[in-house]
Amino acid sequence: MSDLERLERFLRTDPRDAGCDEAMAVLHIYVDLMLAGGDAAARYPGAAAHLLACGPCAEDFTGLLAAVAGE
Amino acid sequence: MTANGLPSFSCVRGSAGADRAHFVTAAPGAAGGSLSGVECARLPAADLDEESAAWVRRLGTQGGARQAAERELYARLVRIALAEVRRRAPATPVTGPELDDVAHQAAGDAMLAILAKLDGFRGESRFTTWAYRFVILEVSSKLGRHYWRSPPVPLDAAQWERLPDRLGIDPARYAESAALLAEVRRVVEGELTPHQRRVFIAIVVDAIPLDALAVRLGLRRNAVYKVIFDARRKIRRALAANGYLDEPGLEQR
Repeated sequence: MSDLERLERFLRTDPRDAGCDEAMAVLHIYVDLMLAGGDAAARYPGAAAHLLACGPCAEDFTGLLAAVAGE
Repeated sequence: MTANGLPSFSCVRGSAGADRAHFVTAAPGAAGGSLSGVECARLPAADLDEESAAWVRRLGTQGGARQAAERELYARLVRIALAEVRRRAPATPVTGPELDDVAHQAAGDAMLAILAKLDGFRGESRFTTWAYRFVILEVSSKLGRHYWRSPPVPLDAAQWERLPDRLGIDPARYAESAALLAEVRRVVEGELTPHQRRVFIAIVVDAIPLDALAVRLGLRRNAVYKVIFDARRKIRRALAANGYLDEPGLEQR
């Protein structure tokens, strides 16, 4: 990936991005769907777009996924 | 605190309802604890998986069974919080015993929130997944607050020389990217609003964690994210207008 592509990717925004509040409101459902083999991104495209773009929410997602998967 | 040293989480339960077949209900009675006076919710029991229904039933009862459920849940929250702070340790200046303190505080606050919001559990996920979300979010929030006890970078440091590294640009190619990065800086300094500029510089240039900045500015995470979202879009449009990038594509919100 070139530096220009890297910068372009960083600056790119997704119109489907639901924002932190909406993504966190369905995080538990999203995680359970994923672990059950369901297509969480298809059911919650706004949350999926957000988790790709927001570092803190992605961290929360990773943490919850690890907590539930580790049970 | 309870006699066994665990925090007391019990709340006052309401009277048993008539819809026993459809709701988990609680016997009348009062218990002490920091949520004393809070009316606990009746919870829908239909359509829950077996384990979730058991949690709802146990937390909705009184006496020893409820205390046992609270102890079990609290122990799980502590375990998850400790694992979570250790997972995040490389990305936070919080270390050592303070990190463990954050975990225990997060577990305690999550436990209180879970009991206060039991009526918010609608069975859309397993009970434990719903409950664990509280402790994960508490860990995030508390690490953001603790960041400012010993911040590696002060607010408004504006370390522009670190921007190439922040954007993942190969150090061997800094010279090639100089014009592009200078244009980014020009747009940030000349076209963003003062609030957008401050937030962008703090998060992107100085790498201050978003949650920590939110605490410092007294904003919600979502509000800070929206500022960054708008700033990224504005910078991208300016770079495209000046021929540095292709025209904007999927970016209208």
